[in-house]
Amino acid sequence: MKNSSFKHSRKRIMVIGNGMTGHKFCEKLKEKDTHNQFIITVLSEEQRRAYDRVHLSNYFSEKRVDNMYLCEPGWYKDQNIQLCLGESVAEIDKYKKNIISSSGNIFSYDYLVIATGSSPFIPSVPGTDLFGIHVYRTIEDLELIMAHAYKSKKATVIGGGLLGLEAAKAMLDLNMETHVVEFSPRLMPRQLDETGAGFLKTKLEHIGIQIHLNKNTVAFRGRDKIESIEFADHTELETDMAVISAGIRPRDELARQCGLKIGPRGGIMVNEHLQTSDPCIYAIGECALFEGMIYGLVAPGYEMAEVVASLLTGVEKTFHSFDMSTKLKLIGVDVASFGDPFGMNTAHNPVIFEDRKHDVYKRINISEDGKTLLGGILVGDAQPYNMLLQTYRNGLALPHNLENILFEIGNKEGKNGGGIMELPGSALICSCENISKETICNAVVNQGVTDIEGMKKCTKAGTGCGGCIPFVKDLINETLKLQGKAVKQTLCEHFDYSRQELYELIRVKEIKTFDNALQSFGHGAGCEICKPAIASILASAWNDLIIRQATIQDTNDRYLANIQKGGSYSVVPRIPGGEITPEKLIAIGQIAQKYNLYCKITGGQRIDLFGALVHQLPQIWEDLIAAGFESGHAYGKAVRTVKSCVGSTWCRYGLHDSVGFAIELEERYKGLRSPHKIKMAVSGCIRECAEAQAKDIGVIATEKGWNLFVCGNGGAKPQHAVLFASNIDKETVIRYIDRLLMFYIKTAEPLTRTATWLNKMEGGLEHLKKVVIDDELGICDALEKEMKQTLDQYYCEWKAVVENPELRKQFTHFVNSGDPDPTIQFNEIRKQKVPASWE
Amino acid sequence: MKKEISENGVLPGKIKEWFKACRTGDVPDNGGSCIKYQDEQIAIFHFADLKEWFATQNLCPHKQQMSLSHGLLGDSAGEPKVACPFHKKTFSLKSGSCLTDPELYCIKTYPVKVEDGFVLIGIRE
Repeated sequence: MKNSSFKHSRKRIMVIGNGMTGHKFCEKLKEKDTHNQFIITVLSEEQRRAYDRVHLSNYFSEKRVDNMYLCEPGWYKDQNIQLCLGESVAEIDKYKKNIISSSGNIFSYDYLVIATGSSPFIPSVPGTDLFGIHVYRTIEDLELIMAHAYKSKKATVIGGGLLGLEAAKAMLDLNMETHVVEFSPRLMPRQLDETGAGFLKTKLEHIGIQIHLNKNTVAFRGRDKIESIEFADHTELETDMAVISAGIRPRDELARQCGLKIGPRGGIMVNEHLQTSDPCIYAIGECALFEGMIYGLVAPGYEMAEVVASLLTGVEKTFHSFDMSTKLKLIGVDVASFGDPFGMNTAHNPVIFEDRKHDVYKRINISEDGKTLLGGILVGDAQPYNMLLQTYRNGLALPHNLENILFEIGNKEGKNGGGIMELPGSALICSCENISKETICNAVVNQGVTDIEGMKKCTKAGTGCGGCIPFVKDLINETLKLQGKAVKQTLCEHFDYSRQELYELIRVKEIKTFDNALQSFGHGAGCEICKPAIASILASAWNDLIIRQATIQDTNDRYLANIQKGGSYSVVPRIPGGEITPEKLIAIGQIAQKYNLYCKITGGQRIDLFGALVHQLPQIWEDLIAAGFESGHAYGKAVRTVKSCVGSTWCRYGLHDSVGFAIELEERYKGLRSPHKIKMAVSGCIRECAEAQAKDIGVIATEKGWNLFVCGNGGAKPQHAVLFASNIDKETVIRYIDRLLMFYIKTAEPLTRTATWLNKMEGGLEHLKKVVIDDELGICDALEKEMKQTLDQYYCEWKAVVENPELRKQFTHFVNSGDPDPTIQFNEIRKQKVPASWE
Repeated sequence: MKKEISENGVLPGKIKEWFKACRTGDVPDNGGSCIKYQDEQIAIFHFADLKEWFATQNLCPHKQQMSLSHGLLGDSAGEPKVACPFHKKTFSLKSGSCLTDPELYCIKTYPVKVEDGFVLIGIRE
């Protein structure tokens, strides 16, 4: 009886809309509703639950939604919230206090929260319904854009504001010629002044976006699909597709229909309690109009959610006009604007910095008495944004030296992360989630948070727009340091040691197997992170045959070949320095023919043979070994190949025998296992035909000897190698490489290339030189000795398998049948076989 | 012990046959092997220290590759799992659910028992 009367007193809350703000409201209300006094129902016209719309363009690069959702799949159910997706609202009856959904369901409420958000504003000009005209708002929009981009070359974005430029970046990422059309005389007119916008325009033009200002679109033209856009100045721009991003319109149609007060230019009017003209109906997010303003950012939306959730649970709170500070990054172009960017509201002195060489513009507005920061604009370098924002929000005193605040506060050389630790505890760090510095530091001190992921889970800091993440990271690290805790890198949940520590432990205790390492220093059963990492350490330290411990090896190492699409393998025999005799070339050709393998010349001057089935691998190796080849270690995190130009033996510019030296280096270091792959090259002169400066180790001939370059890499983040020593002889080159590579093998984190290893090294290149050249740590003898031990152990892994019947037996697909994998299928392209394509 | 293993998170359904898949020695310690049952490919995994056996479909649902038997075994907070060699999607060996993308993928699991040095896979109706 008691129970049922209690149930009866529970209030029914209806939420319309499951966007970021609507979701946040549910989260906040559940958090505050400790007495379980509410029954919550959410209706959303969308098919997906709430996802991150701020980072919508991530969808283009990642093409997956699962990591964009704001909560786990079962969250609503677990919270006892009824979430009805794909159910739009037809009508609100504010007198009966119920709503009718489009499928005819009736829901009654005690309080209604409208969080319907906004829709893109479509200008009322002819042709907006043409095929090929898109908006940029939901994942469905993005899918349409992607489908269309597939057959388009040129895209035009209408609107040069925040969202428009975000969309332009996406168009550029889709490899289209990208144009931006803006009505006003400058980009981002709400955030940037004329000079700042000019800098941004130049920057964007440099990366290939064409900007058209002062363009008033009057029509979209085309027969079946869009072909061109016409402007008021009678000019025309041809285009294959258009994305309209010319502002937003609040979704106020339901509110309008049921007679709630609407602003003259749209938006549901709300008071400081976010109540509409009906006190039982609230509006939050982009559909709400507060003091004549629509707030189109996530932070104010979240704050509105907080206010309504507080009020419903009996805590007085009001919404105030919100700081519209914002920062975004467009293809490497930082733009930020905060406080009063134009200095419109108060008498002020602007301090302006312009660097046309690097396209950097910074402006801060300072009060007349010089004490307070009022606002500012950053283009090209937003490094100081977080600190400036903190100074502005907390009314902190400006430093005497304004350069300090304009240029990289907390720069890398500076102690204690610059001024972060001096901020007051109340300083707001994450404005989306309203999290103060104090909360973040407390999470570190009291709840043992040590990284950004833990912080997100514990406090939600950094889960909104993500702009504060660098700041939060610094705060975590600085707080840990204050507590005397080193910021510790551990391998994974099974080992509480860094790779470097494990390397030392394994060598000192002479550990030879993973099982032994797990027993001695770890716990649990291991995983896909620690198994290959320990396998790599064991191989670097002892160079035992890796497939004796096949089940800890990463994919390719397990079968000493590279797994390819469809499940077949590719085989790369070693061709040192890229030099090969006709006999050996013929042998490769014959073997490829015998096993019907697809052939491709690699970037490392070798030949890759594709399409081998697992049971064929030992036979293929046997044939290759008989023809004088050995493993090329193309499958390993190991020394791969030493590329070379033809050098002084043939080339009229060559200074020394680059091929000879490349072969010498490859023969010396072949198969050396390391935290990541290692590539080398030797060029015979400054023309650098071997591209040595893109390698981990690059050697270039000079008049007086050799220049040694280190820690370069190609790949996703190319980085030039840096000059390590000049005009040295071969022996010195080898000595330095021995020391440097062994130092790298001992100290790098797993799967870290030499470039990243150097980037992260405290003291950087200078420190590395001191260790390797000047032997400042006194370890060079030991490094050389360890390198010799490992290199002396070299043998061809393929040969070891070919000669051992027990090991050969591992190379079958089924253990209960001799059949090959029947699912492996090949097609033919350009007279060679290729795998049938995958999903 | 046997009983526990055969009940590990396997979908209900009557076992119509215990298929004699292979010898225990055909599956490496802390690793997996693939066996053929009619047109099905089944991956068998052996956690040597815990003396636990698991069996799942060999197909990784992410890119439709016959690969799970070659994956790295391990655990995540005690939950036994296998990581696909192709893109390291991990799957619980108990429930079959994908630990990296729980919403998108799930794999079939089979009951396993060991008798007289043979690994037997329970085939359901």
